[in-house]
Amino acid sequence: MTKEAIFTPVGKAAAELASPKQNGKKETSLFEKAVDLPEPTTATPAKLGLKKGQLLEMFESMVLQRRFEERAMQMYQKGKFGGFLHLYIGQEAVSTGTTAALKDDDDIITAYRDHGWGLVRGVSAREGMAELFGKATGCSKGKGGSMHFANVEEHYWGGYGIVGGHIPLGGGLAFANKYKDLDRVTTCFMGDGAVDQGALHETMNMAQLWKLPIMFIVENNGYAMGTATRRHSTGELWERALGYGMKHRVVNGMDVLSVYEAMKEMAADVRKDSMPWFVEIRTYRYRGHSMSDPQKYRDKDEMEEFQSLDPIERLKTVLLDKKMATQKAIDTIYEKVEEEVMDAIEFADNSPFPEESALYEDMFSEPNPVFHK
Amino acid sequence: MAELQFREALRQAIDEEMARDENVFIMGEEVSEYNGAYKVTEGLLETYGFKRVIDTPIAELGFAGIGVGAAMNGLRPIIEFMTFNFAVLAADQIINHASKAKYMLGGQVSVPIVFRGPNASAGQLGATHSVAYESMYAHFPGIKVINPSEPGDAKGLLKSAIRDNDTVLFMESEQMYGLKGDVNEDPEHLIPIGKAAVKREGSDVTLVTHGKIYHTVVKAANELAKDGIEAEIVDLRSVKPLDMDTVIASIKKTHRCVVVDEAHPFAGTAAEVGYLLQRDAFDELDAPVVRVTLPDVSAPFSKSLFDAWFPSVKDVVDGAKQVLYKS
Repeated sequence: MTKEAIFTPVGKAAAELASPKQNGKKETSLFEKAVDLPEPTTATPAKLGLKKGQLLEMFESMVLQRRFEERAMQMYQKGKFGGFLHLYIGQEAVSTGTTAALKDDDDIITAYRDHGWGLVRGVSAREGMAELFGKATGCSKGKGGSMHFANVEEHYWGGYGIVGGHIPLGGGLAFANKYKDLDRVTTCFMGDGAVDQGALHETMNMAQLWKLPIMFIVENNGYAMGTATRRHSTGELWERALGYGMKHRVVNGMDVLSVYEAMKEMAADVRKDSMPWFVEIRTYRYRGHSMSDPQKYRDKDEMEEFQSLDPIERLKTVLLDKKMATQKAIDTIYEKVEEEVMDAIEFADNSPFPEESALYEDMFSEPNPVFHK
Repeated sequence: MAELQFREALRQAIDEEMARDENVFIMGEEVSEYNGAYKVTEGLLETYGFKRVIDTPIAELGFAGIGVGAAMNGLRPIIEFMTFNFAVLAADQIINHASKAKYMLGGQVSVPIVFRGPNASAGQLGATHSVAYESMYAHFPGIKVINPSEPGDAKGLLKSAIRDNDTVLFMESEQMYGLKGDVNEDPEHLIPIGKAAVKREGSDVTLVTHGKIYHTVVKAANELAKDGIEAEIVDLRSVKPLDMDTVIASIKKTHRCVVVDEAHPFAGTAAEVGYLLQRDAFDELDAPVVRVTLPDVSAPFSKSLFDAWFPSVKDVVDGAKQVLYKS
């Protein structure tokens, strides 16, 4: 395989081109991996200041995010709702480690793979599922759907559907925090696909220039829809920081403790210096881009390799090894989460659809706005 | 009342609103140290400092979006575009984010922001610096679009725009900044958004217009008067909301209408006014509505071609005579 080729094949295609099947087994190399995970932190939970209770909460949160989406997928397939459904499964360590590390009034904004982010920031399973179902009881009153989970009261500003479009909004949240002298860190998450958008680069330039208290965080899950990161973006993603002289870091996103440690340190640094960071958190999405993705761009081996590094299983092992939880306690968490999710489905199912009058609500702030007819 | 230039009226509005509310700030290319590309913001840096009068890089998408995010998080930004022709680069932020965030999050946020700057043509500036964008933005729900033609309206409407709790586009003209007019100096004098004004009374024909080309229409009305034709001029002032009540009240008097719109013809403001008149005032019309617009052609540079491109006083006079069956 030549690196000079304009369209360098990677992943499955590369493996097939570079090494014809030998004894039915394909050769792989680091270069062909969707993402190269950096080493996870060696710090113990105790060293990170994480107590048993917090770890159990983080574990439960990850299980909830996973189970919520597995069930949501089933409900989608059953025809309970339509539209888009982009699943976060595999990436739960990022949302969980981040919110555990941040203060409650630090601001979070993200793109459309946003269910996990809602669930870690105060959107209940009920409100989340109801939003997917398009019900009036949803977190965004059924007006946003899967891509627009939000809980602004708890500083989660929502998911946004235009790739890169929300990045300047993140810059604006940080700008306002600095303007009002509020001690808040803005964390602006995006997928690896957004790294190629001009909106990111315009915002990074101004953030560095104006010393905005913000972190631009890429959840590099290996694919922008179906295009491998190495096929859509030149060099390493974190290198984008260099042109702006911005602080940067690469983090293992399959390990919640690594995410927690990194986010804790960087958030403290932003609070101290009011200078932005550019962060590449490497992770992996187990499901397709959306529900209509046949996933021909990657093979089973790759999936299995990352699933063997599953962030939930990893934390479970820590909990069991450190005797912070018994298998029975773990099982109880799974049962509790299952009940919570099933209750959410029942709630969503039984909730009313929005009244037709709601069609004209929330367009404007004024009580009697004019609509063109 | 004071006689002020258009730019001075805008500056007074911005100054008064920044003094009134510390969450109001202005951001854009050259607004601060340079004192504004068209001197609208002259002197504001001295009064309010770099924190509230902010020079940006030439990055319309980025700074428009930072404005939207800041508005969501409690501030009231005024985003100056050097021209709305450059705002096309920021259209994603205006159309997809400013106008939609409130709705798609079920009302959890508001976006109290003003995007302002010159719009449409200003002489021989070539094809990419001469476009009138008001009907394009007016197409999208959640956006108010203001197109004043005189300094007094500009001040009162800009103040309303800054105090509005949602997204407002405020469109000016490079060729109007030096124009003088009476301006109310009462800091609490606001002009409501979405209210047209009858600027000249007449009983023979209604000329509906907005923005800079209003001044062409005034000249045409004076020409028509020489022929004994008294035109009524309705200045829309805001394209959205569109005040058809005032237009229809005038049609009930004149029964004839010409819409003069400095934009291309397809799906423009003139087309919209024409449709609404046939729907809501069909029986009042004694002649089909005529529109005077730019042709369906990009702005040329050459003086002779530009003059052929831009609607003239004669075009408006001819339009009026056409609806009066006097052509």
